[in-house]
Amino acid sequence: MYGATPRRSGELTGSPGDPAALPAPLPEPFARWFAARGWTPRPHQLAVLDEARAGRHALLIAPTGGGKTLAGFLPSLVELAARPPRRPGDPGAPGLHTLYISPLKALAVDVERNLLTPVGEMGLAVSVESRTGDTGLARRERQRRIPPDILLTTPEQLALFLAWEGARRYFEDLRRVVVDEVHALWPSKRGDLLALGLARLKTFAPDMRLIGLSATVAEPQLICDWLSPDPEAPVSLVRGAGGAAPQVELLLSEGRVPWVGHTAHHAMAEVYEAIRGARSALVFVNTRFQAEFAFQELWRLNEDNLPIALHHGSLSAEQRRKVEAAMSRGELRAVVCTSTLDLGIDWGDVDLVIQVATPKGASRMVQRIGRANHRLDEPSRALFVPANRFEMLECQAAREAIAQNALDREAPRTGALDVLAQHLMGLVCGEPAAADDLYEEVRTAGPYRELSRTAFDETLDLAATGGYALRAYDRFARIVRRPDGLLMARNRETVLRHRLNIGAIVSPAMLAVRVVSRRGGQVRPRIGPHSRGGRKIGEVEEGYLDVLELGDAFVFAGQVWRLEGVTGTEVLVSPAPGEEAKMPSWGGSKFALSTFLAAKVRALMSDASGWSALPADVAEWLGLQRERSAIPAPEEMLVETFPHGRRFFLVAYPFEGRLAHTTLCMLLTRRLERLRMGPVGFVCNDYALAVWTVRDMAGLDMGALFEEDMLGDDLEAWLAESPLMKSAFKACALISGLIERRFAAGEKTQRQVNISTDLVYEVLRRHQSDHLLLRCARADAAQGMIDVARLADLLSRIRGLIRHEALMRLSPFSVSVIAEIGRQASPGQSAAGLILEEAQTSSDTPHWTESLIAAAIASPVELAPA
Amino acid sequence: MSLTLTLGGARAQCRASGALWLEAARALIVADLHLEKGSAFAARGQMLPPFDTSETLTRLEAETADLDPAILVLLGDTLHDAAAENRMSPMTADRLTRLTQGRRLIWVLGNHDAEGPARLPGEVAAELELDGLTLVHEPTPEARPGEVAGHLHPCAKVRGRGASVRRRCFVTDGERIVLPAFGALAGGLNIRDAAFAGLFRRAPLAGILNDGAVHPVAFAALAAD
Repeated sequence: MYGATPRRSGELTGSPGDPAALPAPLPEPFARWFAARGWTPRPHQLAVLDEARAGRHALLIAPTGGGKTLAGFLPSLVELAARPPRRPGDPGAPGLHTLYISPLKALAVDVERNLLTPVGEMGLAVSVESRTGDTGLARRERQRRIPPDILLTTPEQLALFLAWEGARRYFEDLRRVVVDEVHALWPSKRGDLLALGLARLKTFAPDMRLIGLSATVAEPQLICDWLSPDPEAPVSLVRGAGGAAPQVELLLSEGRVPWVGHTAHHAMAEVYEAIRGARSALVFVNTRFQAEFAFQELWRLNEDNLPIALHHGSLSAEQRRKVEAAMSRGELRAVVCTSTLDLGIDWGDVDLVIQVATPKGASRMVQRIGRANHRLDEPSRALFVPANRFEMLECQAAREAIAQNALDREAPRTGALDVLAQHLMGLVCGEPAAADDLYEEVRTAGPYRELSRTAFDETLDLAATGGYALRAYDRFARIVRRPDGLLMARNRETVLRHRLNIGAIVSPAMLAVRVVSRRGGQVRPRIGPHSRGGRKIGEVEEGYLDVLELGDAFVFAGQVWRLEGVTGTEVLVSPAPGEEAKMPSWGGSKFALSTFLAAKVRALMSDASGWSALPADVAEWLGLQRERSAIPAPEEMLVETFPHGRRFFLVAYPFEGRLAHTTLCMLLTRRLERLRMGPVGFVCNDYALAVWTVRDMAGLDMGALFEEDMLGDDLEAWLAESPLMKSAFKACALISGLIERRFAAGEKTQRQVNISTDLVYEVLRRHQSDHLLLRCARADAAQGMIDVARLADLLSRIRGLIRHEALMRLSPFSVSVIAEIGRQASPGQSAAGLILEEAQTSSDTPHWTESLIAAAIASPVELAPA
Repeated sequence: MSLTLTLGGARAQCRASGALWLEAARALIVADLHLEKGSAFAARGQMLPPFDTSETLTRLEAETADLDPAILVLLGDTLHDAAAENRMSPMTADRLTRLTQGRRLIWVLGNHDAEGPARLPGEVAAELELDGLTLVHEPTPEARPGEVAGHLHPCAKVRGRGASVRRRCFVTDGERIVLPAFGALAGGLNIRDAAFAGLFRRAPLAGILNDGAVHPVAFAALAAD
C-alpha cells in the first residue's frame, strides 16, 4: 500500500491507493486532490499533521521518496487554506506564515517549483517564494515589504534577516518553520547558527512550531534535542515506514583486488558493465581526483558512448548545474561524483548506486544508497567496489551493518562560541537588547542549553571588543550600552559591515583554474593580482596542486591539462590531450573511517572461523598475514617491527581512521626522538600507521611507547605549531567577526586576509594563550582535524593489549601502509625547516623513499598475484 | 644563524630577526615596524590583538641589546598611520625613547608615516647615506646599486615534501637589498610578484627567515603564491 507512482524528479508524492480508504483527518480540498491523483496520504504524513494540530514540534524520519517534503508542508497548507484570503500589501494582513530552511539553495528553489503544483491544482490562495543568495535585489526588497505566506530559504539568509531592524515585525505572525535535511545540518557550525536563529524566531513568535525532516539516523533523539528551541515543549518523533531493504553487492574481481591503492583501477571494466546494465547510476568516489580518474577510465572503456558525466566540488558552478539539469531530464546513464551529490534534488531514474573505494561510514552509505530507486516497494540497489584488500573487509563490514540497519553513532552537539559571537552581533544589529534577555534566549537553542553565563559574557565581549585581557579597545567597542542599559551596534557602518560577513561556512581561498594558450611553445607569463587567464574550468584550494611541478600534466574536469603557472589567484593550464597525467592529490577520503565500522572490521578480521564466508581473496590474504605475522584478537592492537631497506619500521594497526593516526604518529615521533631512536618519517592510512627510524625499535617496551600520557604536553606543543591549528583559528576568527572576510568592493583581497590570520594567531598565542578564540580553535582542531577523543579512547582501550610481533621483513598487512610512503606529505614539527634546508642545499635530494617501495615490491611477499 | 653578504662593498649581516646589521658603521636597520597596526584596525571595527606593538618592540630591544648599535635606522612605515602616536600607550612611547639612549635614532620616512613622528624622539630623513649605501623606504623601480629599502614586505614560498612554506625574507642580488617587514602584524608579498620585477639585474637570492635561521634560497627554487 505504500507504493508510489512513477514520477519525475523531486515531485511531491502521496501513494496510490483506494480513495475510499482515506482516513478522516485530511480536509478538503486536500482529500479531493489526493484522490484525483490516485493517492492515499501516507500514515506519517497524517501523523505529522496530527502533531501540528496538537501544537507540538515534530521530527519526521523517513527515507527519501517517502513523500517527506509534502508531509512537512501539509500542516501549513491546511492552515493556510482555511484562512480567509488576505490582500497583498494590506498593512493589517498577517505576515509570513511558514519559513522553510534547506541547506542547499538548489533545494529551496526546487521545492518552490514543486510546492506550486498542489497549490495551483487545489486553487489555494497561498503565495510561495524562495529567497537565496541568487535572488535578485528587487525581489528581495519586495519580499521584505510584502512577505509571502511561505518563504523558502537557507540558514544564512535567516541570519541576515535577523540582523535587520524589521525582523521582529516580519516574523511576529510566523506559525511554522520546516527544516529540511536536518540530519546534514545539525552537527555543524551552520547548524549552530540555525539553532540560534530558531531560538530568536521563537522569541518573536512564541506560537511558532517546528517540523524537522531527516534521513534515517541512529539516534533521532539527538536531533529532537537540537531542534527544540523550547525545553518545555518536546519534539514528537514521527517515523515513516522503512522501504524494502537495500540490495548491496560486493564486487569481488576475483584474484585481481590489489593489496594497496585507492583507485580501484582493476575494477573499472566491471563498473562500466554495471553502468551498462542500469537505467541510470550514481558512481560515488571519495576524492575529486579519484572522480577524475574513474571518469577517465570509464570513458576509455565507453565503446557504447553512454552519456557519463562528472560532478565534484572543484568544477565550475555552471558545469555542475548543467550536469544536474541533464540528470533531472533523465538524459544521463551515470554521474561520477563525490560527496557533492550526497544531498540534493531527488532523481527518480537512478536505479543503481556504485561506491568506488569504501564509504568510511555506514550512515553515509545508507544515505547514498537511498539516492537510488525512490520507490518504497522496490529495494535500492548498490554495488561496492573495494580498491584494496583492507577495503574488501571494510565493504563487507558496511554491508553487514546495512543489512542489520545498524548506523554510526553520533555525539550530542555543543554549540561553538565563534558562531555565538556572530549571532549576538547580528541580534544587536537588529534591535537593542538586554544582555540578560539575550542569555536566556540563547540557552533555549539546543546546542547552547548548557552555556554558562561566564562563557556567554566572554563571547559577548569577544564580539564587542575582541575579548582581550588588556582592555585596550573599550573605546572602539562594536557593541555599546545605551543610557537605558540596552546593548546595540555601535553605528550604521558596524551594522553594514556585520551583514556583509554573516555565515558559518568558511571556504578556503580558492584559485580559479583557467585555460591559457601556448603560442610556439611559449606561454605568455601573466604575473600579478590582475592577471586574467582564459576560460575558467573550475577552482581548487590553495596548495591543492603543490605536489605538481610546472609542466606536469594532470587530469581536471575530465581532460588532461599541463600546469603552466600559478599566480596570486589563478592556476593557468593548457590542454595536453594524450599526455600521461599525474594524480595531484593521492590518498583516501576526507571522511575518517567511523568508529562503528572500524570495530566491525576488527571483529571480521579476528574471527578466523568466519573467514570462509569472506571473499576468497580476503581469506587468502588474512591467512598469509597469520602465517607471516599474526592476526590480533578483536580487543588487541597489533604492532609489527621489522628492518627494511636501511631503516627500521614500526607498523601499528589501530583502525581508528587517518586523522587519529596522523596525530598518533606525531606524538610517537616525539617520543621516539626522546628515546634516541632517530625517527625519520611516518605515514598512515585509515587502518594502520608506520614510523621508521635509524635504530631498531624491536626491543622497545610497546606498552610504554603507547602510554596514554603522550596526550598531555606533547599534544599541546605539537598542535600549537601545526598548520591545522592555524586553519582552525582562521575559521574561528572569520566566523566570530574578529576578522572580516568580505569588504565593500576592493578594500582587501582574500589573500591578504589569509596572511593576517596566521600572524594574528602567532601574536595572540604568545600574548594571551587562553583567549576565547584560541580555545575555540583548539576544540575545533581536536574534534575535526586530529580526532583527539578517538585517540584517547584507543590508547585507553589497548592498554595491556598490545600484541607485538618482531619480524624479519614486512608483513602482508604492512604493505598497504608502506606503499603510501612518498605519496603523502610528512608534516613533521620541523617540516618547515627541512623543506627550506632541502631547497637551500640542492633541488635534487635523493628520493630514498621510492627505493623503499621498490624493495617492498621485490621482497618475498607478493603485492598481487601475477 | 644569520647570513652575511657583501653589498656594494659593505659587509652586511641579514639577521634572523629580519634586521640588517652593517658592522663597519655599527648600524642596525629595521623596516616596516607598522607600530599600532592592531589599534588602527580596532578603531575601524576589526579587533586585531593589541599586542603587536609591544611584541615588535621586544624583538627590536633584543637586537639592540645583542649588538649595541651606534645608529638605529627605522626604514619607514615605522608607524602604521598618522594617528598612531595618539593611540600609543605611554609605556610604548617610553620604550621607544629608551631605544635612543646612547645612540642615534633615525626615522627614514615611509608612505604610512610620511609626516614622521610628532612627539617621539629621533632624527628624521627622507633618505640616508651610510657606509656607501643608500637607505630609503621605497625601492627605486630601476636597478640601483647600493640601495637598502623596505616597503614591499618580501616573502618567499618554497615547495617540498608535498607541502609548502611561506616566510618573510630578505631579497638581494648582491647589489641592492629589500628588507622583510619587522612588524609583528605586517603581512607579506611574494617576491615572485610583479612588484619586484625590474628591481634586480640578475636573478636575486632570498634569505628566508624561519625559526632563528636565515636560509639562502635561489630565486629559481621559489614558488609563486
